[in-house]
Amino acid sequence: MAISDLRQQFPILSRTVKGKPLVYFDNAATSQKPQVVIDALTHYYTHYNANIHRGIHTLAEEATMAYEATRHTAQEFINAASEEEIIFTRGTTEGINLVANTWGRQNIMPGDEIIISGMEHHSNIVPWQILCEEKAAVLKVIPVNDNGELLMDAYKALLSNKTKLVSVVHVSNSLGTVNPIKEVIEAAHQVNAKVLIDGAQSAVHLDIDVQEMDCDFFAFSGHKVYGPTGVGVLYGKKDLLQTMPVFQGGGEMIKEVTFQKTTYNDLPYKYEAGTPNIADTIALKAALDFIKETGKSNIRAHEEELLTYATAQLQAIPGLTIIGNAKEKVSLVSFIIKNIHPQDVGVLLDNQGIAVRTGHHCTQPLMARFGIPGTIRASFALYNQKEEVDALITGLHKTIKMLS
Amino acid sequence: MNIKPIHEIEKEIIEDFALFDSWEDKYEYIIDMGKKLPVLDDAYKLDENKIKGCQSTVWLVASYEDGSVFFKADSDAVIVKGLISMLIKVLSGHSPAEIIEARLDFITDIGMMTHLAQTRSNGLLSMIKQMKNYAIAFQTVSTQKTDHK
Repeated sequence: MAISDLRQQFPILSRTVKGKPLVYFDNAATSQKPQVVIDALTHYYTHYNANIHRGIHTLAEEATMAYEATRHTAQEFINAASEEEIIFTRGTTEGINLVANTWGRQNIMPGDEIIISGMEHHSNIVPWQILCEEKAAVLKVIPVNDNGELLMDAYKALLSNKTKLVSVVHVSNSLGTVNPIKEVIEAAHQVNAKVLIDGAQSAVHLDIDVQEMDCDFFAFSGHKVYGPTGVGVLYGKKDLLQTMPVFQGGGEMIKEVTFQKTTYNDLPYKYEAGTPNIADTIALKAALDFIKETGKSNIRAHEEELLTYATAQLQAIPGLTIIGNAKEKVSLVSFIIKNIHPQDVGVLLDNQGIAVRTGHHCTQPLMARFGIPGTIRASFALYNQKEEVDALITGLHKTIKMLS
Repeated sequence: MNIKPIHEIEKEIIEDFALFDSWEDKYEYIIDMGKKLPVLDDAYKLDENKIKGCQSTVWLVASYEDGSVFFKADSDAVIVKGLISMLIKVLSGHSPAEIIEARLDFITDIGMMTHLAQTRSNGLLSMIKQMKNYAIAFQTVSTQKTDHK
């Protein structure tokens, strides 16, 4: 994989920040977009902007075809059994909220238990807290060890016939930990609990096969897989989605409306109320195709090389501690530096053209677990290169010197 | 009592910053100001004095003496602390009315807009808002010496 050729497909990478070449290491927050994605957006608005599904004219037909083509590509991307299992959402967060508000409201009863993990992003904590409060249900949390791995024995001890749902992150956005998701799912199914996997961080790095995983729900966002913002996918097993109540009312989710009664559309439209995010959904196909053509194994090999390289270099910096040393990690490294606040590091790196994320990464309970206010996080994508890691290391040395 | 009007102190800071050629010099100045800001006594580091941002924590206390407001503050991040130190330099010792009216354009003029706009509701902007809120509160009380933790 020639990184220089690949980089040329991402126009933003040639810009400068504060007079320096951009080093973009905030990929876990959002990835940059290749030209094909940008072109797909422009092409839609330039050539066939129309509302979908109902129009009889050519533009509406073209837009509908392109929109549904993304559904097919998304189905293949995660190996769902059918296109009916692919629901377009605004992103991972909406996917999780959809499940909480539909399946959750229907199935969670007082005294029932929902299990999440100690490394969840706020999006996979708050919807369940709201639901538990409403239903007088109980939220339980799988503890995390010092390396940032789930304590599987503790998890299994939490499971019981009261457990109705397990909702865990596939890959931690703060630590990079890849969770043993198959084991999590199998154990949950043994007590007849359903499982939702938050795939926000995993979809871009790992091969996703929802059938092999046997998860009941899987959610991911377009903007973290080199696609546009404001679009995501919720996968749900068809038999489950069919029995679940509707979420939002209006638009495509309707079959027939009278003032006496409304009947709802079939899957997946039942969950796609209103005019959807047509342009971004269409452009998501270009992003998923781009990943497919590049090859996830190629992406992973390159990112692993970067991670190993960066980890070794970072560990050599005096006073630097890496938070999250799981055996299985994706390409991000989270760290703290003794006596220096992460925010100060972020500000000074930005002045050197280096974009990292600092703070609690919307995983405040996890930061509390490690007793820190936050970390500095460098997350790598397929277009990053070793020279950029070198720039980060040089930048960090300078930053530490300025702050000491 | 601070005799120089707020806008003049702002002007002096802007002039100081105009002398810096590089971002390093600018930040070294701010970091230095942060380090020099007297440490806030732990007794004041209470939740009620906290301005909690997404990234760093700021503690702010104010007192009112003879018609003037005095601020003390601290932060766990040194650059923020430096910026706070400048805000204190500009605002502390002035009357509530002057503080309320202060435009504080110097923050953008010295290129610290990033901190101002860091997030919609957190950061330096909340800090300024809180300082002004203190001024508004003091304006409504008598000129008697009041101590607010």
